[in-house]
Amino acid sequence: MDIYIAPLKFSNVLMLGDVVSELSNRFSSKISLIEIQLNLLKYLSKERGQYFSTEIIADAMDLTGKYNGKIILLTDVDLFVPVLTFIFGEAQLSGKHSIVSACRLHEEFYSGKSDDKILFERLIKEILHELGHNYGLLHCLNWDCVMHTSPGIEEVDIKGNSYCKKCASKVDGYKSLYF
Amino acid sequence: MNTKEKILIVDDEKIVRESLFHWFEEEGYEVDTAEDGENALKKYEKIKFDLLLVDMKMPGMSGLELLSRIKSIDIDSVVILITAFASVPTAISALKNGAYDYVTKPVDPDELAHLVQKALEQKALKIENKQLKENLDEIIKPDNLIGESYQMKKIYELINTVAPGDTTVMIRGESGTGKELVAKAIHINSKRKYFPIIPVNCGALAETLLESELFGHEKGAFTGAQFKRKGKFEMADGGTIFLDEIGSVPLKMQIELLRVIESKQFNRVGGNEVIKSDFRIIVATNEPLEELVKTGKFREDLYYRLNVFSIVIPPLRERRDDIPLLASFFLKKFSLVMNKPAKKISKEAMDFLVHYDWPGNVRELENAMERAMVIGKVDTIIVDDLPFHVSANNFSNDDNRKSLSAMEKKYIFKILNENNWNISRSASVLEIDRVTLYNKINKYGLRKDSH
Repeated sequence: MDIYIAPLKFSNVLMLGDVVSELSNRFSSKISLIEIQLNLLKYLSKERGQYFSTEIIADAMDLTGKYNGKIILLTDVDLFVPVLTFIFGEAQLSGKHSIVSACRLHEEFYSGKSDDKILFERLIKEILHELGHNYGLLHCLNWDCVMHTSPGIEEVDIKGNSYCKKCASKVDGYKSLYF
Repeated sequence: MNTKEKILIVDDEKIVRESLFHWFEEEGYEVDTAEDGENALKKYEKIKFDLLLVDMKMPGMSGLELLSRIKSIDIDSVVILITAFASVPTAISALKNGAYDYVTKPVDPDELAHLVQKALEQKALKIENKQLKENLDEIIKPDNLIGESYQMKKIYELINTVAPGDTTVMIRGESGTGKELVAKAIHINSKRKYFPIIPVNCGALAETLLESELFGHEKGAFTGAQFKRKGKFEMADGGTIFLDEIGSVPLKMQIELLRVIESKQFNRVGGNEVIKSDFRIIVATNEPLEELVKTGKFREDLYYRLNVFSIVIPPLRERRDDIPLLASFFLKKFSLVMNKPAKKISKEAMDFLVHYDWPGNVRELENAMERAMVIGKVDTIIVDDLPFHVSANNFSNDDNRKSLSAMEKKYIFKILNENNWNISRSASVLEIDRVTLYNKINKYGLRKDSH
């Protein structure tokens, strides 16, 4: 099954290329970049200064019907769902769409120092994590597995950067070498 | 049998119900929702939920009223109230009525996750699913910890002995011997295995960063700290902290470290809140700590506090029997990573691998196998595919190797060096022709010593 990456206000073009390349290494599936037009301001909560991810996914579904595969929306904006202060990403469980925000994955928000290598590692983890939900995976108890829950940045850093054997077996096209 | 814990979300706002529903669903809970108190009660009568998340302010029956009604059905029920506006009277009222806790919307995901986990654990509902445990055991074996030699079997015995308790372990060994793997093996064989092992390379952190890295910091503690961050000790709560290169910790920090290890309490940088953490400590070093203690570079009290149970990992050159096993393991690993067919190792190359001294230990062997997989042209790894140069320093001085070929190899190498690797002159001294000498050089994997 193909995997499509749709940047939505994601400014780091070089990193986008690296993401495609990394996912291509990890999946036998075809990884492609696609362009979708969504005005993100529609989803901005002025009160919170954040963007409502569930609604973004809902509207993206209408624009991506022609693509047969998983679709990851990639953005720089800070995401939220009501009740929670923020989320790194959201996915449709056993569905087609997911969204990942790089906003709170930037090291500079925590230490004041920008680090693209750390950002890239975190981004790949969160993409794999949300994609895993698309393939029906729930959170895993194994800390070495990327499906381990990560409510904070510390957990993102600690958990593994790949699926454990059990989870990987449920992810279509994930190459055996990475677990 | 369904062992999932059941959560009921009660909120009149559809959007809130849906958000929480998805969030808990991904956590692996069985989740249901109710839009008001009446419906929640109906559902609770049919299914005894393990935990209820209830909005305080709902049309009709309020959250507090629902809490009382639920408590009258089951005094042990766990209810967390959600409120949009936190106030002291509200909190007191909620807790007086038997709420486990209350949270304010929007709630920090980390806070919610821990609160729910803790609530369920306290109700003794976090029953470890046997099957899950078995699966996990299978998954998290450190796959690079390989060896069948006598020395490694002794290490496995030590791991099994020390793992179950909370004893502090000091792992010693040269760089590249796999100290972190041994730490991980101890952790996953301990009761703490469902919590993380947090590695900290003390040598890689500047003194100023180490404090923030170990103890965390509050939002605004320093320029650029826009969000709070938990430190390694806090993250290791329930699990294990692995302090690598412990000998590199600055003296000033050693005092703080000793205090934290003994009290299991600390403050985040820029914060006053006392953070408690229940962690096991494993340290590693390749430095002679005793010497550092003598010269005053390492605190004696900290040394004795850490050196409770010591495991010494032998260098690879002292367990040569494991080299073929390790080499094959790494070749298999890299053939998968590089998507190349698996390769064999020629007899000459294996002979070379087994007798090389491996100053960089297992890590160096791993790198050598990776390189061999990259540059190897045929389906067998030959000496030419190996990255290093034979030299008198790194080639084994094993006196037991007195076979004819071993002696010939040493002699040819000696003559080549004496003649500055001039092939014609060396061939003349050896009284063989140039082609034969080239063949011998290739056969024995001889290379001009770059040093």
